[in-house]
Amino acid sequence: MSWISNFTRPMINSLFSRREVPENLWSKCDNCGTMLFHRELSDALYTCPTCDHHMFITPRERLKSLFDLGIFTTVSVPDPIVDPLHFKDQKPYPKRLADARKTTSEHEAMLVAEGNIGEVKAVVAVQDFSFMAGSMGMYVGNAIIAAAQRAVELRAPLILFSAAGGARMQEGILSLMQMPRTTVAVDMVKEAGLPYIVVLTHPTTGGVTASYAMLGDVHIAEPNALICFAGPRVIEQTIREKLPEGFQRSEYLLDHGMLDRVVHRTQMRDELATLLRLLLNERPRSHGDLPSPEGEASVPAEATGTA
Amino acid sequence: MQNYLDFEKGLAEIEGKAEELRALARQDPEMDVEEEAAALDKKAQALLSDLYRDLTPWRKAQVARHPSRPHCKDYIEALFTEYTPLAGDRNFADDPAVMGGLARLNDRPVVVIGQEKGNDTASRIARNFGMMRPEGYRKVVRLMDLADRFNLPVITLVDTQGAYPGKGAEERGQSEAIARSTEKCLSIRVPLISVIIGEGMSGGAIALTTGNKVAMLEHAIYTVISPEGCASILWKNAEKMREAAEALRLTAQNLRQLRVIDRIIDEPIGGAQRNPDAAIAAVGRTLTALLAEFDGKDRDEIRSDRRKKFLEMGAVAL
Ligand SMILES: [Zn+2]
Repeated sequence: MSWISNFTRPMINSLFSRREVPENLWSKCDNCGTMLFHRELSDALYTCPTCDHHMFITPRERLKSLFDLGIFTTVSVPDPIVDPLHFKDQKPYPKRLADARKTTSEHEAMLVAEGNIGEVKAVVAVQDFSFMAGSMGMYVGNAIIAAAQRAVELRAPLILFSAAGGARMQEGILSLMQMPRTTVAVDMVKEAGLPYIVVLTHPTTGGVTASYAMLGDVHIAEPNALICFAGPRVIEQTIREKLPEGFQRSEYLLDHGMLDRVVHRTQMRDELATLLRLLLNERPRSHGDLPSPEGEASVPAEATGTA
Repeated sequence: MQNYLDFEKGLAEIEGKAEELRALARQDPEMDVEEEAAALDKKAQALLSDLYRDLTPWRKAQVARHPSRPHCKDYIEALFTEYTPLAGDRNFADDPAVMGGLARLNDRPVVVIGQEKGNDTASRIARNFGMMRPEGYRKVVRLMDLADRFNLPVITLVDTQGAYPGKGAEERGQSEAIARSTEKCLSIRVPLISVIIGEGMSGGAIALTTGNKVAMLEHAIYTVISPEGCASILWKNAEKMREAAEALRLTAQNLRQLRVIDRIIDEPIGGAQRNPDAAIAAVGRTLTALLAEFDGKDRDEIRSDRRKKFLEMGAVAL
């Protein structure tokens, strides 16, 4: 049974083709076809104003959209042994890593940062689907452990944005070992009495869903994200029947009790700020109090008079 | 009737010939075939030990899936006494793909849990070929809680091609169920000993294999994805399963080098399927030895050692 379904391929292609032409000021919503001006798109955090389709957003843009004034510091993640199995397929694993680094300008498939969300100190880990389909290998495990340790150290909540095609096959069994490893990590946060919030984004599949992505105190998903263990294609091949519309999408999981909430990306920062303050027993903030990520038209935090 | 694997074709011919000779002799008591048949037996034995001395990873995958290999039920019946199955997840159903309950190992009460594939068409269907559904993982969590409450060691016998990729399984939260089961393995304060007896495949296996000690039969496999699945994704061709099996490092020998497993249990010559009793006895000896390592150990230490072991995984490369 395969963890990574073939659906990941066309997604990656469409993603890269978009990136190959950064000078292109217009892009087309791949759901409704509306032509969108790039500024309009980035202001809407890569959601379509016409149909609410949620497109790929880079981890850095996501972090910028979450933290007060868009300010955050990255948390360093220890590098694992490179290519521990000397994996041999049609392309050497180190070459695949190098290629992914070049196309994404990121080091690996997860970025960890700390900063304030609605004036609450938080650690945020974001999985990067554009980096080898966000696949979970030793580095992703190390990133979650580093994030958990930092959260415990700061006595801060941990928020994790998941996105993955599943396992990093080139790390074989060590990829599978990230399921228990990351489970220990998120349990450290929970045992320290700190909130662990998961935001599931499109797509979250395989061993990622079956470990840290389903162990949150609160499960939030972006609209219409594919969230599953076995991919729809694998299931259709097994049961030999067509799956219902919306199967394994966020709203379907909400109906089936696997999620707490489905939240639009542009609402995510307010949502998290409210949740964190509720869970940490902090005073509520009055509406409009949150400094915007761009910093424009916002009152500096120290001048608001609230703690 | 012996089930032969494709690489055992030469062996099948020799053993077939010996059997034919003996069949002839049974019809005609005048014939003396014993000397010739014994020579063939000897030749077969030599070929068998030759074949199994250095199995390729793909051949190991074939052996691990051999239908005549002893399954979970065989181990439970032979090694444990007073096996008292406990059923159900208290939410939805009982999952026959996973056996579990109270039992005694050398008179000592334990909780034993394991995936059972079935051994004929009817039992295979009833057991869903050892592919668990969410109810199964939730039953495992229940049984582990019970073991923890009464301070009983837990033994898991792992043999699955993975979790069941079905519609209902996904609707009822397969992912969450697997995550909770792995989490439970990591949180109990009693020894958890896991033995991979056949196939330990992906998330469906890890949910039961996150043990203080993980042992593996010599020709069992343990992997993040099946060789066929890996081949169809990375080679775009499921027929490249030999290459994928090689690349995945799914053998007990490689996994021991990576310190993902703690112990390799030798199989009889020709694999566990040739001599199930010997394989079962070897597993029994290993379980006894591994359990003894936890005598007098502090409950919190048992738990923190297990967590530490998994946190540190990946420090050794091949
Ligand atoms: Zn649209």
